[in-house]
Amino acid sequence: MSTPYRSSFTRGSTLWVLQRVTAAFLIVLLAFHFFQLHFVNHAWEIDFAGTQARMSNLLYFTTMVLFLITATFHGVNGVYNALVNQGLTGQPRRVLKWVLIIAGLGLIVQGVRVAFVMAGIDLL
Amino acid sequence: MNRMYCDTALETHIPTPFGPSTCDMSEPYDRGLVEDYGRWREFAPGMWAWILHKFTGWVLIGYLFTHIAVLSTALDGGATYTATIQGLEALFVVRVMEIGLLAVAVFHILNGIRLLMIDLGIGLERQAASFYISLIITALIVIASVPTFLGEVGV
Repeated sequence: MSTPYRSSFTRGSTLWVLQRVTAAFLIVLLAFHFFQLHFVNHAWEIDFAGTQARMSNLLYFTTMVLFLITATFHGVNGVYNALVNQGLTGQPRRVLKWVLIIAGLGLIVQGVRVAFVMAGIDLL
Repeated sequence: MNRMYCDTALETHIPTPFGPSTCDMSEPYDRGLVEDYGRWREFAPGMWAWILHKFTGWVLIGYLFTHIAVLSTALDGGATYTATIQGLEALFVVRVMEIGLLAVAVFHILNGIRLLMIDLGIGLERQAASFYISLIITALIVIASVPTFLGEVGV
C-alpha cells in the first residue's frame, strides 16, 4: 500500500476517516468560535447574560454541542493514535483506550450539562 | 550512515537511516524510527510539520478540558461564571496565553487544511512550501490579533 506521508493513523482505517471528517467540520467551527468570542465579542466583555443570549438560539446551541462532541472525538482520537504510533501496545494500549473513552465521554457529559445551564434550561 | 533525500517525493523528506530511499511514491520504505526526536537536526519540513501538528494537537485537547472546566462555573450561577471569566481576562498572563492559544489553533487549522489537501492528492510536490506558508500566515494572523487580545487589560 502506498504511504504518501507520515501520519499517526493507518490510512484508510475507520479512525483515519473519522479524524478527517471531524477535521473538516472543526476547521470551520474553531475559526468561527475564535472569531465570535474574541473579535465580534471581546473575551473580557463576556458575561453570563451574553452567553445565555447566544445559547438560547437553537442553531447556535446545537452547533456548540456538535462542536464539543466533534472536538472531543478529534482530540481523544488524535491522542490515542499518536501514542499507539509511538509504540504503545498490549495492556497499556487497552488501558489508554478506555481512559480516553471515559475521559472523552465525561467531558461531553459535563459540557452538555453546562450548555443547558447556559441556555437557561434546567435539566434537573 | 548513508542518507538520501528526494526533492519531489513527500515521504522521502524524512531521512532514511537504513540506506538510500526510493523516490517511487507507490512503494513504502523503511524510514527508521520517526518518533526518535533526537534526530531533529535531520528533520525536513514535512517532519517539522508533523511534529508541530502533534504538539499543537496536544495543547488544544489539553485546553479543551481546561475550557470546559472554566465554563462549568456556570453551574454555580451566572454571577460566578461572569466573575470567573472577567477575573481571568483581567490578568495579563491570561491574555498572553490566549495569544499563544490563537497561534496554536491557527497553525493546527492551516496545517490541517494542508493535510486534507495532501490526503486528496493535491499539492504533494509543494508540501514543503505549503508548510512554510502555513507558518507565515499563522504569524501574520497572530501579530495582527495582538492589539485585539490585549485590549483593556492592566499589566
